[in-house]
Amino acid sequence: MKRNYVLEPLGEMKAMYQAYHEEIVELSRKNGEIVLLYGDFPRGAAGELFQKEHPDRIYDVGIAEANLITTAAGLAGGGYLPFTHCHSIFAVGRAYNQIRQNVAFDKLNVKIVLCNSGMLWPFMGGSHQIIEEIAAMRVIPNLVLVSPSDPASTKKVTRAIAEHVGPVALRISNPAVPTVYRDDFPFELGKAVTLIDGGDAAIISTGMVLADALEATDMLAKEGIKVRLLDMHTIKPIDAEAITKAARETGAIVTVEDSSIIGGLGGAVAEIVAENAPVPMKRVGIKDRFGQSGTIPELKEEYELTARHIAQAVRESVKKK
Amino acid sequence: MTHDEKLIQRLAEKAKIIRRDAVEMIWAGELGWIGGSFSQADIIAALMFHQMKHDPKNPDWEDRDRLIVSKAHCCETVYAALGESGYFSKELYKSYGKMGATLQAHTERIVPGIEYSGGSLGQGLSFALGEALAARIDAQKDSSGHPIPRYRVYCIIGDGESNEGQIWEAVMAALHYKVDNLVAILDHNKFQSSGTVEERMNMMPWVDKWKAFNWDTVEIDGHDFEAILTALENADKVKGKPHIIIAHTTKCKGVPSFEHKNLHFCKLSDEMYAEALEALK
Ligand SMILES: Cc1ncc(C[n+]2csc(CCOP(=O)(O)OP(=O)(O)O)c2C)c(N)n1
Repeated sequence: MKRNYVLEPLGEMKAMYQAYHEEIVELSRKNGEIVLLYGDFPRGAAGELFQKEHPDRIYDVGIAEANLITTAAGLAGGGYLPFTHCHSIFAVGRAYNQIRQNVAFDKLNVKIVLCNSGMLWPFMGGSHQIIEEIAAMRVIPNLVLVSPSDPASTKKVTRAIAEHVGPVALRISNPAVPTVYRDDFPFELGKAVTLIDGGDAAIISTGMVLADALEATDMLAKEGIKVRLLDMHTIKPIDAEAITKAARETGAIVTVEDSSIIGGLGGAVAEIVAENAPVPMKRVGIKDRFGQSGTIPELKEEYELTARHIAQAVRESVKKK
Repeated sequence: MTHDEKLIQRLAEKAKIIRRDAVEMIWAGELGWIGGSFSQADIIAALMFHQMKHDPKNPDWEDRDRLIVSKAHCCETVYAALGESGYFSKELYKSYGKMGATLQAHTERIVPGIEYSGGSLGQGLSFALGEALAARIDAQKDSSGHPIPRYRVYCIIGDGESNEGQIWEAVMAALHYKVDNLVAILDHNKFQSSGTVEERMNMMPWVDKWKAFNWDTVEIDGHDFEAILTALENADKVKGKPHIIIAHTTKCKGVPSFEHKNLHFCKLSDEMYAEALEALK
């Protein structure tokens, strides 16, 4: 199947956190309003470069996530463009009300970087792997939620959210992931990218599992199942038009995420599909379980997130058409 | 010296064993928190192998003393102390931090002897407070009508962790309820995750903060067993307020070449592994 904007073979492996920081350093050279805040959190080489270039625009408030988020809100109130950095589990989990009340409620221009987001964080275990961030963040009014899938889309997303005026939460997963996109792919907040344009079923993916979804489309192509593949990099506002169109034109939808399907991308897509164009659906993602220690391949296997599992979900949903 | 030389020697030996076993775990898991696990090791040894009443054969014994390690990333020396006490087989060390393992990368309550599933810093002292309050409900009363707590609760907190506001919420409430069966121990190793405590979030002066909250406050060398035991025993004697032992420690204490560096979360190289085992012989 013809692939749009996709590097073949897939490109350099890189951590999305690094790609994000490289882009921030670029942006900060033109935008003097950018301020970075951390919660006892490593910055990496690019972050250290920012420290050198703008020593008066970088803070670390220690292990104090509630204070981190609300301080950023205050900086936005003072006219700056703050980006906060801490583990997603502790931003969403320890500072939920601060995000809701101090940032989103007043539409303050704060960018909350949800570091080490999702289930696919090796070794750390269930206390650290967040399954609920999509559900918890997308229910908050005014808050944009973005979830890039590789280093290239992370850079585009970073630029776009810096330009967007208003609160944003940005999911950044932990492991180094392959570069999926060519540099020239068109990116617009709120518009899903169609990587493959098939008509038998549609896979709607978000975050770093995109590479696995791509692999699944290859497996299915060999069986003659032509899959449309959408990268839903913006979870809120969600691209309802692309989802409805995919449901109408393919008649079967599979969502893929490294997050809980309850309220996650699966839930978000199901809401649109049920209202606009009911068709059989399958949700690949975390099924109401906490995480645990393990390597990325082991976690993908245990939580049924591999290309094999995605392909099987597509077969099952196609069968129900 | 008020404590028997033999007791101190025995505890020092136990501390060495749990550090060594923690090295084996971190080696097997290919990652771990050696720095904070080692800075607290002597305190853990004093608690688990002397001070606390507990029964490895009966981990659910209702009246056992509790140990809450709030900085639960430092799980390796805790697991090692439990294994050495006989709560479970040391065979489990080999699967530390691996898929399906009982010994996960942060302490979990399903492990025999572990009271508290941690990982989210700043919450353990509140849990310890709740456990300490529970020991007073339905307890026998002394002649003046005060409850005699059924057990004591020990809670190890980190200096970086003390950035969290919730720590100070627990501090406030524990005093308000005069919870004197609660002993917090600050593992003051002067480092947090991304740097020294001083450069990351300077909370000086530490002692004055706790005193201002009116806790029974002492400052000790957290690697001196005599001092640790004395402080723990004194905590039993002071009534009507909670206790804080500010223990000055060294991150990664026990392997001289690792000390005073921020080996916070790391993988051991072949050389480091050999060096650690050599130092802990
Ligand atoms: C709420 C929360 N925020 C951040 C982290 C990530 N983290 C794990 S350990 C650590 C540093 C802890 O420092 P300290 O309490 O001094 O422990 P020690 O140096 O003894 O390991 C951080 C920031 C966490 N586990 N929980």
